[in-house]
Amino acid sequence: MSITEVQFQATAVEDAPAQAIEGRSQWQLTWRRLRNDKVAVISIVVILLIAAFALAAPLIASLLGHGEYQAFPNTGTNSFGQPVGPGVNGFPLGTDGIGRDLLVRIAYGAQISLFVGLFTTAVAAIFGVSIGLIAGYFGGWVDSVLARIIDAVLAFPFIVLALALAAVLSPSLAIVVGVITFFSWAGISRIVRGQTLSVKEKEYIEAARSVGAGPWRIMFIDIMPNLLGPVLVLATLYIPTAVAFEATLSFLGIGIPPPAPSWGNILAEAQDHYQTAWWYVVFPAAVLLITTLAFNLLGDGIRDAMDPRTERIFAGSKTATRKRDRRNKRGKRRPGLDLDQAILVGEQADLSVDKPLGEGSTTTTGKEG
Amino acid sequence: MTGALSDEAAQAWPSDASMADDILVRVENLVKYFPVRGNGLVRRTVANVQAVDGVSLTIPRGKTLGLVGETGCGKSTLARCIAGLIPATSGKVYFEGNDITNLRRRAMQPFRREIQMIFQDPYGSLNPRRRVGAIIGDPFAVHKTASGNDRKRAVQDLMARVGLNPEHYNRFPAEFSGGQRQRIGVARALALRPKLIICDEPVSALDVSIQAQVLNLLADLQADFGLSYLFIAHDLEVVRHVSDSVTVMYLGRVAEHGPGDAVYDHPRHPYSAALLSAAPAADPDSAAQRQRILLTGDVPSPINPPSGCRFHPRCPKAQDLCAAAVPPLETKAGDPATHLTACHYPVEEGEALARAGRREHR
Repeated sequence: MSITEVQFQATAVEDAPAQAIEGRSQWQLTWRRLRNDKVAVISIVVILLIAAFALAAPLIASLLGHGEYQAFPNTGTNSFGQPVGPGVNGFPLGTDGIGRDLLVRIAYGAQISLFVGLFTTAVAAIFGVSIGLIAGYFGGWVDSVLARIIDAVLAFPFIVLALALAAVLSPSLAIVVGVITFFSWAGISRIVRGQTLSVKEKEYIEAARSVGAGPWRIMFIDIMPNLLGPVLVLATLYIPTAVAFEATLSFLGIGIPPPAPSWGNILAEAQDHYQTAWWYVVFPAAVLLITTLAFNLLGDGIRDAMDPRTERIFAGSKTATRKRDRRNKRGKRRPGLDLDQAILVGEQADLSVDKPLGEGSTTTTGKEG
Repeated sequence: MTGALSDEAAQAWPSDASMADDILVRVENLVKYFPVRGNGLVRRTVANVQAVDGVSLTIPRGKTLGLVGETGCGKSTLARCIAGLIPATSGKVYFEGNDITNLRRRAMQPFRREIQMIFQDPYGSLNPRRRVGAIIGDPFAVHKTASGNDRKRAVQDLMARVGLNPEHYNRFPAEFSGGQRQRIGVARALALRPKLIICDEPVSALDVSIQAQVLNLLADLQADFGLSYLFIAHDLEVVRHVSDSVTVMYLGRVAEHGPGDAVYDHPRHPYSAALLSAAPAADPDSAAQRQRILLTGDVPSPINPPSGCRFHPRCPKAQDLCAAAVPPLETKAGDPATHLTACHYPVEEGEALARAGRREHR
């Protein structure tokens, strides 16, 4: 061991802290930045409230004593047979066309909406990432076949397929989930495929091959962590799309079959009553709007949090951080990125790890030279 | 460059350049062509990039073979063929007598443990999304040789061995400097206790003081573990410093091969002579005396290489025979048997090539 070697080791040991330092991962850094984004934090709170509202549906029903399918012809409708308004006869948000409690039905509808949104996105993400990885990594005819399938799915008119399926089979939750998943995975696949094509040429993939790693290990252990950023952003933006998609299908009568409540079919039924009963339209539509908006803004926030370019401008300087906070207070947000630019985010996000992040961040000890 | 390398390092590398009888790797007539495909519907192969064209060499056990040449001469392609990362078009690679040419992945697996690589780019060769412990532990995970706490302990031992703080196990590559990252690459290559490490320009991306540290580390490891190195670089002084024997490549072929001192002090191939004359010298007096051989023109395209000797269009000594016949790689008169040159008209002692070459001032 040479003198330089010994000296280096000595400094390294001096600089070493008492306990092991855990480096901050990309996710920890993203989370730190996300926490400073008020719009994103509010979105998270709103989403959690809606989730709590959905989970509390049976509780709300039992507290009010109104079942989700239970019609109240005497208290729930007025003398003309029309729905009663909010607060009348113990119905907090009024009743629907046949005297059922609107609040209870919206709460049960939230269960369906969130289930469809999260479940279809999760399945589409798993499926889409796998297909995209396989197409991008193996290339050749595998890629040609899969890429054509992706193109075909993206070109397919989804309403037509949903109508056809509903005509052949009777509408059901399973069909809704199937149709939405079928149309969601391809977009994720396409982006994952493109990312895989660029990541697989990196030297660290060659290093993994030289160690003896097989194709599956390389795809899921070496490449996949490099794509999770864009996939997370995309998935967050797909959830509200799926929620709105479910509402659309139910509104058209080819989604969740009545009497099961869903925001879409409540709105469909409300068409006959909107002139006399504003609450029948406004409340389910408002919940739908707030939910999709919250998910979209959260997706925006995650994308911004992972965008190293904003970090590069504001990094380190306390004045800049304060300035940004003030900007956020005034409600002015940085212009959001294009959806396509989500692709870039993952590639560049690792740059952000290079720089110290203002207060309390770890810096590299034991520097050489 | 030489000035930056410490004296300790110079002693650590065996100075005698005699070839050992024990051969670890033998490469025979290795050829690697990359097809160039047309644009039509049926993508016919219209040409081949002849990256490596009939290279034979041997890597002795426990020694270092230096491989030098210009960018694009096929050094890295050759290294990747030997490591089994890309399939060879023809020719054979033997490892301890076993034919390992173009083995399928599973059949190659036992040899992967014996042949490891250190890559050029310390930034590109480490996955930015994985922790250092996971990167260095990868070989153990792939070959299922250690898991759980055993793996962690093995990784921390390796980190200590290459001069990294084992406490930094949980950090990401981005939290390390270039030299430290290259140490991570060395630790990864060392994990399976290989017999051969192929160093593909391991210090080219590092600054000079860090280069010396990494070279010292490689020398120490060779002494401790009896490693053999195939050391690729275009820094001639670094190669001379670390290598027992040196192979000079030009456009996919071996131009000259021999013990380091023989090739450096008495180059016989005009290309080697020109390459060596272009290397900056640390001593200003000798730098002033030296005559630089200026080659004219660019390296020809490997898609359509020159006939005969591939160097002949740029060679100051070229004659008609050079364009007609490929010169065999053989021992020239007055050289030791281990010094091979592929040239019809080798450079003689004291011959001034610079005058013969057309000088070009720009």
